[in-house]
Amino acid sequence: MFTVTSAAIAITMALALVRAIKGPSQYDRILAVNMIGTKTVLLLSALAFLMGRPDFLDLALAYALINFIGVLAVLEFFRIKTKGADS
Amino acid sequence: MMSLALDAFSWILLLMGSAFVIIGGIGALRMPDLYTRMHAASVTDSTAPLLILTGLMLQADVGLYALKLGAILVFLLLSGPAASNALASAALLWGDGTNSKNTEDSP
Repeated sequence: MFTVTSAAIAITMALALVRAIKGPSQYDRILAVNMIGTKTVLLLSALAFLMGRPDFLDLALAYALINFIGVLAVLEFFRIKTKGADS
Repeated sequence: MMSLALDAFSWILLLMGSAFVIIGGIGALRMPDLYTRMHAASVTDSTAPLLILTGLMLQADVGLYALKLGAILVFLLLSGPAASNALASAALLWGDGTNSKNTEDSP
């Protein structure tokens, strides 16, 4: 059952990767990267139970924290690039 | 008997979460413009972690692992809509073009 869930999450990560490569605007790419980050957290959680090593849950928790900060940092970079640093 | 019922319930939750993940991925690939894609991706950001992590939590036999899964779930539910909101407002306010630029096959 964990195998089915892991396979579904991996398929969705591949679809999001296609969107990230294809995406016409830069916001589509950020959306796809955010999706891949969330799916990575879920995949680590499922793999922890699939492989019987629940230490992976710590990695999933740390990755969830890093992913959110990363998306906000890239969006702030776009704001500075479009409007200038003082706006 | 009780553990069998819990197993079946967690399998149902995991299968529903997998279905939501696949549906959201297909939607994020095939929707026509940015905001509808964001709508499809938000399904995999909020509903699918809720189902999958709850299903995994029922499988965890040690209390600490269930606690960690709960922490991951709470953080994903807090950060996913916040990231979607930041992305949508950034695309709306600071996007370098109108809606037609974000559309692949605009009329």
